[in-house]
Amino acid sequence: MAEPQRNTPLLDELKKGPWPSFVTQIEEMADAGKEACDQLLRLLERSYNEKIGHWKHGGIVGVMGYGGGVIGRYNDLPEEFPAIAHFHTMRVNMPSGWFYTSDALRTICDIWDRHGSGLTNMHGSTGDIILLGTTTEHLEPCFAELTANDFDLGGSGSDMRTPSCCVGPARCEWACYDTLALTHDITNHFQDELHRPAFPYKFKIKCSGCPNDCVASIARADLSIIGTWRDRIRIDQAEVRNYAAAGLNIEREVCGNCPTKCIEWDGNELKIDDENCVRCMHCINAMPKALRPGVDTGATILLGAKAPIVEGAQLSSVLVPFMKIEPPYEELYDLIERIWDFWGEHGKNRERVGELMQRVGLGNFLEAIGVEPVPEMVAYPRDNPYIFYEEYFVEEGEEEEEEVEA
Amino acid sequence: MAVTAEQVADAMYDLIKEYMGKKKFKAADLTKAMIEKFGEDQCDKALCKQAIRLLVDSGRCVYTYFGGSYIEIPHAEGAAGGA
Repeated sequence: MAEPQRNTPLLDELKKGPWPSFVTQIEEMADAGKEACDQLLRLLERSYNEKIGHWKHGGIVGVMGYGGGVIGRYNDLPEEFPAIAHFHTMRVNMPSGWFYTSDALRTICDIWDRHGSGLTNMHGSTGDIILLGTTTEHLEPCFAELTANDFDLGGSGSDMRTPSCCVGPARCEWACYDTLALTHDITNHFQDELHRPAFPYKFKIKCSGCPNDCVASIARADLSIIGTWRDRIRIDQAEVRNYAAAGLNIEREVCGNCPTKCIEWDGNELKIDDENCVRCMHCINAMPKALRPGVDTGATILLGAKAPIVEGAQLSSVLVPFMKIEPPYEELYDLIERIWDFWGEHGKNRERVGELMQRVGLGNFLEAIGVEPVPEMVAYPRDNPYIFYEEYFVEEGEEEEEEVEA
Repeated sequence: MAVTAEQVADAMYDLIKEYMGKKKFKAADLTKAMIEKFGEDQCDKALCKQAIRLLVDSGRCVYTYFGGSYIEIPHAEGAAGGA
């Protein structure tokens, strides 16, 4: 007997706004004969009415050998909604920079039509291709088809999450390092950490090619790798004058908005005091034809961002002001492994690395991972009276010994 | 090292089995327990990592997620019901 017509007045409200609605998309799949999508809509309408969620997530599901990439989901009304009694999510590792051929997209969608609800989320907040809704028995066959087509699962749980990056040098002339190459290399280098959860909690790495930070790594990644340069901003004075001639008020729009007021414009020549530039990118964004990042490029490594779960939201803090980002990336990988070692040893269950850093104190954390404190780590000078520079301290008696030796 | 990855895997399995239903172990918990059991000169993080891989790849243990990732002996998923 055919199911009665869906009656979802609350969901219908969500279709009335100016933006595309997920309800419309799910309805399309339901009308195309996907029973799971029909039941998904009915269950959601019921949740909105009852103001109760009916989903449980987590549990035992996964594919053989992996501890990440599958998020188990079950509803607590399986008799009423049998088609979505299991509705597991699969996270598929996306290509660096989210570049696909149309053929690759068709391949993924065809696989998901065969093994799941057909619903996808392109992309999840970690950047993965999110395949929504399948049953336990379809996990292994789906995984087998994905891998046969050169796709792999991404991270989930207490592991290194799928690394992500901006489009980098593929489409952006400001990229200070090859974000795509690094992300691909991190993914391959840390396969074990990606697929076999061994950390106290999740660990996200995001790579941005320049300080514009298009992937918002400073807010969304435990480890943010943000491109920068350590020489001078390149200036094309003729192009600066062209901007002025075209009506750009350089004094107000560029110099006036510089956070450190390190730019001067005399109506003919633009001067930048690079020593005081904080790499905010404002002037470069305002006059992209005239200004460009320097040529001695690399990245600033920051640590500790996270969304508010146990503690409040945090932005990443500077850990290494400048690092060259070139294959084989040994310096970076060595640093990451030292961080993981300390966090693995001392982190509490569900404690992000940024929370650990706060709990033990920046000074102790730096000492433990073997990083020297530098002024770039300090947002407000003399803000913390408990951080000491040992070379300024001479123990009693030491001074006398030194004098005697001299 | 005199202790093999297989021996560490067996010891890990015994520990997980002993506490099944009472306590869940994360990879780091198992690693600390094994280093304590066999001693730092016999067992290190790399060996434990190898042992966990043996346990999971053989299907003797599986990863589970309950607010964090744990390593457990496979059992029926309660939430799955009869579905």
